[in-house]
Amino acid sequence: MRYSYYSGCSLHATAREFDLSTRAVCRRLGIELAEIPDWNCCGATAAHSTSHLLGVALAARNLALAGEQGLDVLVPCAACYQRLAVARKEMDQNSELWKRVVRITGRDYTDRVGIKSLLEVLAGLDSEQLAAQVVRPLEGLKVACYYGCLLVRPPAVTGFDDPEHPRTMDRLVRLAGAESVDWDYKTECCGAAQGVSNEPVALKLARDILEVASRAGADCLVCACPLCQSNLDARQGHVNRAYGTSLKLPVMYFTQLLGLAFGFDERELGLDTLFVDPRPVIRALG
Amino acid sequence: MRLNLTVATRDGTEFVRRVEAESGQKVADCYQCGKCTAGCPVTFAMDLMPHQVVRLLQLGLGDEILESKTIWLCSTCATCTTRCPRNIDLARLMDTLRSTARSAGRTKAGKGIAQFNEVFLDSVRRYGRAHELGIGLRYNLKTGKLFKDSDLARGWFLRGRLKVAVPKIRGVAEIDRIFNEIKRMEGGK
Amino acid sequence: MPRTGVFVCWCGSNIGGVIDCPGIAAQAAGFPAVVHSVDYKYLCSEPGQNMIIQAVREHRLDRVVVASCSPRLHEETFRKVLARAGLNPYLVEMANIREHCTWVHGAEKEQAQAKALALVRRAVAKANRLEPLFESTIPVTKRCLIVGGGIAGIQTALDVADAGHEVVLVEREPTIGGNMVKLDKTFPTLDCSACISTPKMAAVAAHPDIRLYTCAEIEKVTGYIGNFEVTIRRKARYVDHEKCTGCGTCWEKCPMQVPSEFNAGLGQRKAIYIPFPQAVPNKPVIDREHCRYFTTGKCQVCAKLCPAGAVDYEQEDEVFTEKVGALVAATGFQLFNWSRVYGEYGYGRYPDVITGLQFERLVNAAGPTGGKILRPSDGSAPRTVVFIKCVGSRDESKGRSYCSRICCMYTAKHALQVLEKVPGAQVYVFYMDVRTAGKGYEEFYQRAVREGVVYVRGRVSKVYRDGERLVVRGVDTLLGRPVEVDADLVVLATAVEPAAGAGETARLLGINADRDGFFQEAHPKLRPVETHTGGVFLAGACSSPKDIPDTVAQASGAAAKVVGLLSREQLSTNPMIAQVNETLCTGCFLCVPVCPYKALERRKITELLPGHPPREREVAGVNPGLCQGCGACNAVCRAGAVEVRGFTNEQLLAEVDALCL
Ligand SMILES: Cc1cc2nc3c(=O)[nH]c(=O)nc-3n(C[C@H](O)[C@H](O)[C@H](O)COP(=O)(O)OP(=O)(O)OC[C@H]3O[C@@H](n4cnc5c(N)ncnc54)[C@H](O)[C@@H]3O)c2cc1C
Ligand code: SF4
Ligand code: SF4
Repeated sequence: MRYSYYSGCSLHATAREFDLSTRAVCRRLGIELAEIPDWNCCGATAAHSTSHLLGVALAARNLALAGEQGLDVLVPCAACYQRLAVARKEMDQNSELWKRVVRITGRDYTDRVGIKSLLEVLAGLDSEQLAAQVVRPLEGLKVACYYGCLLVRPPAVTGFDDPEHPRTMDRLVRLAGAESVDWDYKTECCGAAQGVSNEPVALKLARDILEVASRAGADCLVCACPLCQSNLDARQGHVNRAYGTSLKLPVMYFTQLLGLAFGFDERELGLDTLFVDPRPVIRALG
Repeated sequence: MRLNLTVATRDGTEFVRRVEAESGQKVADCYQCGKCTAGCPVTFAMDLMPHQVVRLLQLGLGDEILESKTIWLCSTCATCTTRCPRNIDLARLMDTLRSTARSAGRTKAGKGIAQFNEVFLDSVRRYGRAHELGIGLRYNLKTGKLFKDSDLARGWFLRGRLKVAVPKIRGVAEIDRIFNEIKRMEGGK
Repeated sequence: MPRTGVFVCWCGSNIGGVIDCPGIAAQAAGFPAVVHSVDYKYLCSEPGQNMIIQAVREHRLDRVVVASCSPRLHEETFRKVLARAGLNPYLVEMANIREHCTWVHGAEKEQAQAKALALVRRAVAKANRLEPLFESTIPVTKRCLIVGGGIAGIQTALDVADAGHEVVLVEREPTIGGNMVKLDKTFPTLDCSACISTPKMAAVAAHPDIRLYTCAEIEKVTGYIGNFEVTIRRKARYVDHEKCTGCGTCWEKCPMQVPSEFNAGLGQRKAIYIPFPQAVPNKPVIDREHCRYFTTGKCQVCAKLCPAGAVDYEQEDEVFTEKVGALVAATGFQLFNWSRVYGEYGYGRYPDVITGLQFERLVNAAGPTGGKILRPSDGSAPRTVVFIKCVGSRDESKGRSYCSRICCMYTAKHALQVLEKVPGAQVYVFYMDVRTAGKGYEEFYQRAVREGVVYVRGRVSKVYRDGERLVVRGVDTLLGRPVEVDADLVVLATAVEPAAGAGETARLLGINADRDGFFQEAHPKLRPVETHTGGVFLAGACSSPKDIPDTVAQASGAAAKVVGLLSREQLSTNPMIAQVNETLCTGCFLCVPVCPYKALERRKITELLPGHPPREREVAGVNPGLCQGCGACNAVCRAGAVEVRGFTNEQLLAEVDALCL
């Protein structure tokens, strides 16, 4: 299996662990990643909040570059994934828009490539193939899978999992030998978009999610979005300060969890560079 | 305060027509059930509830919307869009209202986020990438909150997760062209 | 040369408000063969009809064109006018200048005027070529068959049988009674549902003129109004009801527990069971899918214990045919399956989120909890109960666009029942609108409000679990604020939709279903219990969501129509059916397979040609009882030998010429 790889900006900096663990897991599963040459930022929320056209055009340049590679695009970051998928869908459905975007970018986007989230691709593999790689089943670990907004909404764009009660990540967690807890905040928004400009909003939403997960009995949380991860992990200290709580819930990328089960060591997966250190919870498993 | 509907609905139609055209949503479809508001994660901070935004549009009261914090607080999570029984894409409508407010220069109520968006896009335009460290620094300079999130920055830095070097792509000229073309098409801003 | 009269109707402002009717009449006066042309405000009114009759006499008219509304509405009216004027009733032709013109072109008057004139020109061209047609008669089988034994089917059966006609009632469940008999009390009077419905069920069982088939479905319908033949398949029940005394030993001893359909999944029944104690017939059936003997080959407890030796594992499906003159569809409704699509309410993963029908079983003294309102999860009494209306109704994105009509009232009923049975309970109803049109209905709703039910205007966005809490996250749009309730029990008023298999029933009966799957009335206002297929009638919730008063009223209405039909000795047939010109027919029989009503058959004729010996050959023949005049045969006949009377090739081509040349 070979994909065009769109890592996105975060994975080169604050979400380095996501990149590391994605590459590790994919390598092990025989998924080849060909980084899109000279890709640009998808614009995330800032672009489409400012101009709809800008949001589509920034994404479209990447789609055109991927088209030259002729491969489907694999995107780990939920935000980038959704932006690329929205752009592709809108251009497919609206030929006027497509023509305008071609004029704006100066790049022909005719080789329609598929946009797949990393979660979708891994969850699409069959159980035996995944189970075969598990050398260290994470038995006894209770995991709350947190999908957030952009992987599952709006369902007309994303569509690979259920927007209210998604299951793909839970399945991977179970294949890794861990237990996925049943909880109802899987797709509640964490408010990361407001993290910088309006932190109190983000802190309240983050607190709610972390608390509901704790009450559901989770030892840790896994997610598939750098924005969610940093909001829930790096800002967890701020949450505790703002609310007088003493939350200490590790927040990992689901690829880190898979990587552990596949036998990679903690440093290879970047488990040592998270804010709330997950290693005590993991080592406690023995 | 009593509202004069005769005036509001007469004078507001043009604004509503533009918002509908740009967003592709028909506001008359909304039957004000409030499901959007009931599920929206940010209502606790909003001054107008999401369903009230649609109601104001139905009555042609665009001004109140553009002055509200709500459109800036919306985190585009699309919970509303996913659950609306009338298939209204409210998240998309919010996007349109934000960009409308921005082109009209009416970003007072959402200063922080508007400034963040600006700094973010500026980075994208210059380098083709979002340079997180630079964005954070410039945002703090712009808003005068110099030490905001400095603890996080330090944390990331110590963990080797903040890149100081600026990641410039080869095609920056292309990115610049995108920004220029759009500016030309959308007139100004 | 015919003498044709043209009458242009204003239909008040419906037509007259858009086009210039006198202008049309004036121009039509110049069309071929037209000797008289006028306009009038309401042609269907008494004076309007008399005007036509007078004109026929004065101007010796022998063809009439009426330019007005759809022939669906008034063709019959004007045919009768012609008959009263002494003309053959089939010499009238209508131009539909309302539905086809002014209603849809109100904004473009000039084009509407031109279109109306063209439609009249067409009608005149056809009228000039109309021939008199004559009806013939067929006998009537004085029996009626009803599909569905809910309160609608029961009421129709009793009314028709009491009028002295035999009734065949076909119900697919093991008992009749439908949904009503599952209810506890009924709004707005709160009388006990079982007390008013079980006596009617018993009356059906006892009636000498009602033949009841349960566990049965119709499989095939042939024939036509007055003369249908219906094939019925009765599923094997594995109990010989002739021998069985209904003693109950078998279902007491059966080892298998199965969720009870009658209790909406809240209680258990056995694999050999009667759905509830007052079931009609009051004899058990074996559920083959869950029976231990059928699934494992071992058990036979019931057979061993039955004192009457009635258990018969070898029983097979039986097939019956019944000849009847009228058919009634009374297949009722089911509730929309919310758990498939409402993820935000938990997809049915929480036992304490239930439907209104489940609630009915919970408050029912004969239900699984003996009438105590207890939470399915832990059997405790709920202190806070939340009702959510419009789940699947008025929700295009997930369910149905229409209003289910009964939920506002039954939710008010349920809310009152909670207050009555659980002292100190808090009750919340989330609603978008409260719709209570009906005698005593608004007063009933206000009573609920006065007694302390909290009505909250807004939809619920999510029902979720957080630790031990079951949280309902909604909104009060009147306040403009999101709200939250910690609920113990949540009751969903789920949409009413056509019963499973309604589409197949419609196909078998040859009737139409609307876009939501409900059976289509012949006319929503004026012919609400008839269908477009002669002799097939509708009763109850199968044609739209209805409460019991409306269901019963419609059921009696359908019965009146059935009795009206069955009280006639003979029926006149529609003469506008296919006819074969035997000299032209080459006997290719391409028409036979295309006829959807199986009305064409091979027929032997003896041909006498001058100078030749008599010759036998096969040609197509039309069964006038079956032919519906659809014209499919006409379209395939290469020899042009088969035509539909009233729609001959010559007539149709004249119309096309009038429009296009
Ligand atoms: C929760 C709830 C509470 C209600 N409370 C009230 C109330 O308080 N007051 C009130 O007036 N109304 C109430 N109603 C409405 C009431 O139930 C209906 O008005 C009534 O049941 C309609 O009767 P019906 O005979 O048309 O349909 P049904 O009761 O649905 O009966 C139809 C019958 O046809 C059978 N059938 C279906 N398809 C076939 C087939 N293909 N072949 C053979 N048989 C078939 C079914 O098995 C069923 O027995 C309530 C409804 C609900 C859901
Ligand atoms: S959920 Fe949809 S229909 Fe309901 S108030 Fe919001 S926008 Fe309107
Ligand atoms: S998209 Fe915006 S308005 Fe809609 S639910 Fe999310 S935050 Fe609220």
